[in-house]
Amino acid sequence: MSINIIIKNAVKRYGDVVIIPDLSLDIKKGEFFTLLGPSGCGKTTLLRMIAGFNTIEGGDFYFNETRINDLNPAKRNIGMVFQNYAVFPHMTVRGNVAFGLKNRKMSKEEIKKRTDEFLELMKIKEYENRLPERLSGGQQQRVALARALAVHPDVLLMDEPLSNLDAKLRVEMREVIKEIQNKIGITTVYVTHDQEEAMAISDRIAVMDKGVIQQIGTPKVLYHRPANLFVATFIGKTNVLDGKIYEENGEKGVMLENAKFPMKNLNDLAVDGLNVKLSIRPEEFVICEHGCGSLKGIVEDSVFLGLNTQYFVRLESGEKVQITRESSIEDTIEKNSEVEISVKTDKINVFSEDGQRALIG
Amino acid sequence: MTKSRKRPLELWHLISIAITLLYLLFLIVPMFNILKESVYENGRFTLKYFIQFFSEPYYFNTILNSFKISIATTLFSLLVGVPLAYLYNLYRIHGRSVVQVLIILSSMSAPFVGAYAWILLLGRYGLITKFFAELGIALPSIYGFRGVVLVLTTRLYPLVFMYVSGALRNVDNSLLEASQNLGVSGVKRFFKVVVPLCTPSILAAALMVFMRAMADFGTPLLIGEGYRTFPVEIYKQYVGETSQNYNFAAAISVIAIVITAIVFLVQKVASEKFSFKMNALHSIERKKAKPVTSFFIHAYTYIVVAISMLPQVYLVYCSFRNTNAFGNFTKGLSLNSYKNAWKYVRTALPNTLIIGLSTMVIVVLMSILIAYMVVRRKNTMNNVLDTMSMIPYIIPGSVIGIALVLTFSKGWLVLTGTMAIMIIAMVIRRIPYTIRSSVAVLQQIPITTEEASISLGASKLKTFFKVTTPMMASGIVSGAILSWVSIITELSASIMLYSARTQTLTLSIYVLVSRGTDGAACAVSTILLLFTVISLALFMRVSKNKDIVM
Repeated sequence: MSINIIIKNAVKRYGDVVIIPDLSLDIKKGEFFTLLGPSGCGKTTLLRMIAGFNTIEGGDFYFNETRINDLNPAKRNIGMVFQNYAVFPHMTVRGNVAFGLKNRKMSKEEIKKRTDEFLELMKIKEYENRLPERLSGGQQQRVALARALAVHPDVLLMDEPLSNLDAKLRVEMREVIKEIQNKIGITTVYVTHDQEEAMAISDRIAVMDKGVIQQIGTPKVLYHRPANLFVATFIGKTNVLDGKIYEENGEKGVMLENAKFPMKNLNDLAVDGLNVKLSIRPEEFVICEHGCGSLKGIVEDSVFLGLNTQYFVRLESGEKVQITRESSIEDTIEKNSEVEISVKTDKINVFSEDGQRALIG
Repeated sequence: MTKSRKRPLELWHLISIAITLLYLLFLIVPMFNILKESVYENGRFTLKYFIQFFSEPYYFNTILNSFKISIATTLFSLLVGVPLAYLYNLYRIHGRSVVQVLIILSSMSAPFVGAYAWILLLGRYGLITKFFAELGIALPSIYGFRGVVLVLTTRLYPLVFMYVSGALRNVDNSLLEASQNLGVSGVKRFFKVVVPLCTPSILAAALMVFMRAMADFGTPLLIGEGYRTFPVEIYKQYVGETSQNYNFAAAISVIAIVITAIVFLVQKVASEKFSFKMNALHSIERKKAKPVTSFFIHAYTYIVVAISMLPQVYLVYCSFRNTNAFGNFTKGLSLNSYKNAWKYVRTALPNTLIIGLSTMVIVVLMSILIAYMVVRRKNTMNNVLDTMSMIPYIIPGSVIGIALVLTFSKGWLVLTGTMAIMIIAMVIRRIPYTIRSSVAVLQQIPITTEEASISLGASKLKTFFKVTTPMMASGIVSGAILSWVSIITELSASIMLYSARTQTLTLSIYVLVSRGTDGAACAVSTILLLFTVISLALFMRVSKNKDIVM
């Protein structure tokens, strides 16, 4: 039942404004695929093109081999979950879940059976006769999900389904969604601007900016080996510093201030003397008190977060970096103390000066 | 590249074509005929009626008079209505729900009925006049300018009250607290914070009051005496005190439309300048005032309500007074007036119900369809439809009446004297309001709800009937009830169109009043009031007492 989605050279325009210039994508069968990006990046636009609520100005959309560009949204067999739930306020919970089934040729018994099944799956059976106004946000979102899944759709589309919920409920519902998706194995396209949510829930993520896909990959790849500076800064926290490539005695590396860090994984684009941007995540710095590192800095402030402690360190160049270190009982470093810093060269990322290209690999 | 979504002619296209045709036939063509009639006489182009109007002070003064009355009424309505809304929403008042119902009720009677009651109270032979005359005090005359403004103000200040109350409900309590915290409170706060916050609503209410006062016809006719306003003049030219003159009536109508259109546009520009959005997280808490303040607050509120309800109450009382064979009041109480009124009510009541209900059904149906097309299916044709549907908003009722007579008294479609033409007039008069409120309701419904339905396999038509319409229902029903009330009390268009067969309750009152049959007039007024009260009660139930916007 599940299908794969292929998008070739999609174009979206509103009048003269180009929202999506040229986008291609291949979503695998049964995959949990997330479109992630800042607001206005075109992720919701793309989702609504798949759903059939936005016109398509160019390109082709396929569900398996079927081209769906001109297919009526009612005939696409899509389950959709909206940011504002879009639960029908004038129908009971049961009425909402059964609504899609009544649009198909199904016997009454079948409808009842299927409705019961999904009411139970989403744990909302006890509210079946209530009107949505008497449900909490989380419960309403459960109704919306049950309603979308009850029709056995080929694809599940979710448009920021958790952003109207409070933080605790968001984490809870995120697990519910992941679990249900795993159980049913339905191809899912999920839209969010919350990178943590995307990382927690997705098989693969497409990071979008200004209508262009910046990178597609598993959460792990996006975090460790971002394709460009935008992805590096959008996913997780990172320190961006100016550096230079050096090459001496056949050894390549990056120079940060006056410290040299030899690296083994630089590619051919990294030539001697090239100005580069370094993306160093807080946990990729190592603070050591005596003589291990070649960078020097002064601790300006620290925040104790339990598991970790965050240090805000002013480097000699005047740049401020954030460094994460596992907390231990005795060793909180005092403010204004001088420290030496080293870098985990196998983990950091190096980009061209414009931030567009990775120089690793 | 593929051009997608080029669908064949859909049902919705047919509907918008059908509605556009209806508008053309029943609104645009009649309006065009008015324009034609004003400049063509016996097949020849002439501006003589316009020249006559502007050169003879007798006619020109009718416009000036209308302006004076509208401005005075608007001013007084604001002076009464804004403080009333402020006190009502900021302080605790005993019997507040009764107060509100009475305020709304006093806005719902036909204006000329109020005028008539005031004549019974303060006119030459009025109850209060006589009482003071016996004490040797001569009261100032109620006829003319003063009377018209009094009657219109008592009927129209509730609009201001309702609009401003609506705005105050959206004012967050913290805004008032913040201003107090910054050292601005009391009267100063009223002028520096509350009034500016309510400015958009005050402007909207002012326009509404102005338009109604300008177009009102029954009040100046009854109580104006020598004080002529232009709707009265249109009517006089039309029925012909001396001789019928459609051309001149049409010319005055055109001038009237131009003036109301200008007022409408000026207000639109002004209100765009002041427009902002508010949304109260915590609405204003009503405080208990200090005893002395509280006394004045109560006194003000109760006196305003009492004055505006006095005519209604007095009419009800009069309807039970004994009458002689000529219909004049004598001593004692009896049901004579109801017996005398029966002969009118017998035909007028069914007429009122048929006209009112059919109008309501048509108005609701068309409003839902038009609102849906305007909000959800924006295209050029539907934008034109939207603009067209707002035209009647600026056209006085009497002009609509004349336009319909001019168009449908001859030619292939003769409707004069039928019930159909009455219904058409009522639909035209009422539809802009219902469309506006339906549009507002629909705009509040997120489009994703409909998309959810479509993605679940429901067709667009099914989505419209199963999802969109039910969600709009409560807003529409309450709008429909308000329409119903204003239809059954309508006079200015129907007086041009009615025949003996299509006389309604409101028209019966008018006929009885003009014949001097006071008792029966009071009785029919009481019956009409009863209808209004029942409708209002129904409205309160349906809308759970939300904003009333007329």
